[in-house]
Amino acid sequence: MIWLGIETSNSPLSIAIVKDGQVLAEVVQNIKLTHSVTAMPTIEELLNKVNIKPADIDAIAVSEGPGSYTGIRIGVTLAKTLAWTLKKPLVGVSSLKVLAANAQLFNGVICTLFDARRQNVYAAAYNGMNLETIIEDRHDSIDAILVQLQQLNERVVFVGVDAANFKDQIVQYLGDNAFFAPFSLHLPRASKLIEIAENEPLLNAAEVHSFVPKYHRIAQAEANWVKEQKKGQQ
Amino acid sequence: MGELIMEECIILAIETSCDETAAAIIRNGNEIVSNVVASQIESQKRFGGVVPEIASRHHVEQITIVIEEALQRANMEPSDLTAVAVTEGPGLVGALLIGINAAKAFAFAHGLPIIGVHHIAGHIYANALVQPMQFPLLALVVSGGHTELVLMKEHGSFEVIGETRDDAAGEAYDKVARVLNMPYPGGPHIDRMAHETNEAVEFPRAWLEDSYDFSFSGLKSAVINYKHNMDQRGEEIIPEQVAKGFQDSVVEVLTTKTVRAAREFQVKQVIAAGGVSANKGLRTSLEQAFEAENIPFTVPPLKLCTDNAAMIGAAAAYMYNAGVRGDLSMNGLPGKELKSWIK
Repeated sequence: MIWLGIETSNSPLSIAIVKDGQVLAEVVQNIKLTHSVTAMPTIEELLNKVNIKPADIDAIAVSEGPGSYTGIRIGVTLAKTLAWTLKKPLVGVSSLKVLAANAQLFNGVICTLFDARRQNVYAAAYNGMNLETIIEDRHDSIDAILVQLQQLNERVVFVGVDAANFKDQIVQYLGDNAFFAPFSLHLPRASKLIEIAENEPLLNAAEVHSFVPKYHRIAQAEANWVKEQKKGQQ
Repeated sequence: MGELIMEECIILAIETSCDETAAAIIRNGNEIVSNVVASQIESQKRFGGVVPEIASRHHVEQITIVIEEALQRANMEPSDLTAVAVTEGPGLVGALLIGINAAKAFAFAHGLPIIGVHHIAGHIYANALVQPMQFPLLALVVSGGHTELVLMKEHGSFEVIGETRDDAAGEAYDKVARVLNMPYPGGPHIDRMAHETNEAVEFPRAWLEDSYDFSFSGLKSAVINYKHNMDQRGEEIIPEQVAKGFQDSVVEVLTTKTVRAAREFQVKQVIAAGGVSANKGLRTSLEQAFEAENIPFTVPPLKLCTDNAAMIGAAAAYMYNAGVRGDLSMNGLPGKELKSWIK
């Protein structure tokens, strides 16, 4: 079984090809180039390297968000177009879970978060041993997330570059229970994405058409519009 | 100059530069095999205009469905295709990126070349789907984002001889429509209202003498000020007369400048392109003017005036024949300039 994994949910890029449970090739980079320029050429380069044709791919895994709106849309558009036109199954995985998988085997809780500005984050938490979800992906204030983590009263490791933006608050809430992963675990890996995807149900052709990013936040214009509608009803 | 001899080509074209998700199959640059457009107007009109983030979200929902439908209606498989074409710019960058990345994935999956097309070149080449283009040719491109006079001496040669210095004509239409409390998109409402009266409120014309450039923001402000002054005096405006006054100003300037340019460059054909070229007032005015000038004037049917992928496929066929190819590192170019693809 040959998997192609595509991770473009934030500024790092990762592409991997996994065959029968082995990583054949993987790229992980963080060079702030737009994914539209780098993602597709990287997929082509990796497939050429391992001598696999597009039609030989058996399944495609993609990081479905949350993250940069444009970033996840590029990955999802590439993944769903490839899956649809090559008639292969597709699996979407939370980008927070992909990043959390870097710290798997940690004896405690793994928390991943992306800075959404103004003291807000996209965050989730997982059991360190088996990656079972403890806090579901959501957009919320950093304080609300930290209060919830504090109540667990467990060791929590933070993975990802953005945790540094909230280091003081994290230590304030969690004290000695707060741990920070080393920098080598900060970038998401498409091989981890595939590892998680292997245990998920495969989407069929109709589901590929309707597959969209999980933004975990409605667009600002839509939020304003909903607010106006409610005002009108009162 | 004879018509260019075209190498047989069947192109899948994709267009997502604004709020239409579109795909088409075009044979030899002049035959529409299929043409599919999924419009977002119903969603976008809640906001009184196109919200870029909403547009991008809708494109991701629609893109593979629209491409599949274009292939199915054409009764074609990817192996029947010669190349994949996509709008590279100008447009909303987030929206462009959906079409571009879908095009790249599709082209890569099937080993097809990819061609990045300029949106305005597409609007102009919509005319190649109606009849052969005659050179030198003058194109008046008018839409929500563009107002340009483009001179073409041959296929693939573009010279922008005039463009708007502020608002695009369509943008001014939408803004004036809002002043008159018309829903988005307002252009067709203004056009309809202008035809419901013979009286017009007098508004200024921006001639910008010695130039083929346009300006519509002064006119737009004049309409807003007129409404404001009438409100202040407690008088009711007559929307139809405001619409007619506004439209008369836009149409007179566009027609006069297009005629002047057609004379100066001694063109053999004049074409109108872009969403605003569907405007009845503008069409009639240009038709009459060029009949008097004895210069052939054409405007594509409505479904080829508004954003569509067929026009992108038509332009791409000529680019393909000229040897133009893109690659998988193609990026969305929101401010892409219209440049000739031949030397």
